[in-house]
Amino acid sequence: MIPFDFDYYRPDSVGQAVELYARLRAEGRNPIYFSGGTEIITFGRLGQLVTDAVLDIKSIPELGALGRSGDHLVFGAGLTLNAVAESGLFPLLGDVARHTADHTTRNKITLGGNLCASIPYRETVLPFLLTDSYAVVAGRQGNAWVSMHELRLAPGELLVQIWTEQSAARWPSVTIKKTKQDEVDYPLVRLALVHDGRGVRAAFSGVCEAPFRSWDMEDALNTPGVPLETRIAEALRRLPGQVIDDQLGSADYRYYLLHHSLREGMSALEGGGR
Amino acid sequence: MKEFTGRRYGVRLHVNHETHTLHVRAADTLLHVLRDQLGLTGTKAGCENGDCGSCTVLVNGTPLNACLTLAVEAHEQPVTTVEGLRGSEIQKSFVEHWAFQCGFCTPGFICNAQGLIDYVRAEHRHADDELIKEWLQSNLCRCTSYHEIHAAVKSVLDDGEEC
Ligand SMILES: Cc1cc2nc3c(=O)[nH]c(=O)nc-3n(C[C@H](O)[C@H](O)[C@H](O)COP(=O)(O)OP(=O)(O)OC[C@H]3O[C@@H](n4cnc5c(N)ncnc54)[C@H](O)[C@@H]3O)c2cc1C
Ligand code: FES
Ligand code: FES
Repeated sequence: MIPFDFDYYRPDSVGQAVELYARLRAEGRNPIYFSGGTEIITFGRLGQLVTDAVLDIKSIPELGALGRSGDHLVFGAGLTLNAVAESGLFPLLGDVARHTADHTTRNKITLGGNLCASIPYRETVLPFLLTDSYAVVAGRQGNAWVSMHELRLAPGELLVQIWTEQSAARWPSVTIKKTKQDEVDYPLVRLALVHDGRGVRAAFSGVCEAPFRSWDMEDALNTPGVPLETRIAEALRRLPGQVIDDQLGSADYRYYLLHHSLREGMSALEGGGR
Repeated sequence: MKEFTGRRYGVRLHVNHETHTLHVRAADTLLHVLRDQLGLTGTKAGCENGDCGSCTVLVNGTPLNACLTLAVEAHEQPVTTVEGLRGSEIQKSFVEHWAFQCGFCTPGFICNAQGLIDYVRAEHRHADDELIKEWLQSNLCRCTSYHEIHAAVKSVLDDGEEC
């Protein structure tokens, strides 16, 4: 049971959501956008999150967008992970979404919820980082285009959509997820690789405190004329932060899995990828 | 804009083809409203964290964890619980295949399996073992009846394909 009460609103438009959020804040309330609600409900039940006003955004039409627009693919932030995976529009994103949580929970978890989650995994961000995608973010001043590399929402800002170039969505790709025991779990290591025609791009979740793409590691992985093992060893020396060490897995174990996954992923990609 | 403000809200739920007007807190999960207000205790409260699937119900035909769904989200939506699947093919198949031991996980598995059967038939898809596994991975069985559960679900899906 969630041990506190809140009001529940279901705004019909982006403008209504953003204005309502601002009004509630001005009244001293503590509103929160509610998409799939899985994090809000589970954290709320445990007292790790408190709110007095929930703004359920998933029926706003722009957040349900899914398709092509010119050279781009458009993904609404309110789409469930199963809807994203089943669309088949962006194979790497589909692969990552299909192995995030379990099938029933993916009927509720939304793309926007996963990208804005407070848990450190946010696995679906990796394909967007690798393809230099853009987010449409709504605020009181209107919509802004924000690179996925710089997506940090201020209070009240609403993630509306993510746009990805269609050509980038077709790059050869590989993704590997290593978990502690079951196939369905948070990642000890999630690796996503693409080949953009010039070289490999690499992004990671579960390794450091936040998901990341590292250009420095990519340089090492793409060094010409150097054996794969040496490139991987150099890439690992360039990790941008401490490897997570927690009850799910020690830092040493994660490092071992990361090494192994990079070898498996790079071999697959250099051999052709999907 | 739909608003539910104040301490108690009137919601209308269409559960197993019966319409109920209920007064709920916005913070009440569908799981607790089904069990405590409607007495539909077939839907089980296991982890209440989205991990075990014992609370699975169909909302608008889609399997959802009732512990991760607010009752207000299901306002005006059709909800099917295990009580609504009495006499169904999948219920019979679970009995025929001995697909349970203590039975705690069974309602969640049956609702999820019914969602899969409806999906496969609506989409005219072939349900291979991979697809069945992907869906059933959402439910845990502490008595480890997985083999029999898989067989029970597969048998209904295979029968449907023969028709
Ligand atoms: C059983 C289970 C298994 C899971 N397994 C995994 C896993 O394997 N990998 C993984 O990465 N994650 C996993 N998660 C975590 C899950 O993906 C996140 O908790 C995610 O936030 C849930 O999405 P949601 O739509 O339910 O978010 P909500 O609970 O609705 O929202 C989460 C946060 O994001 C904010 N938010 C949501 N949408 C927007 C938006 N459009 N604009 C601005 N802010 C927004 C909300 O205000 C809130 O702060 C799992 C969760 C569960 C319950
Ligand atoms: S009780 Fe809902 S998933 Fe366990
Ligand atoms: S039959 Fe006992 S938990 Fe599944």
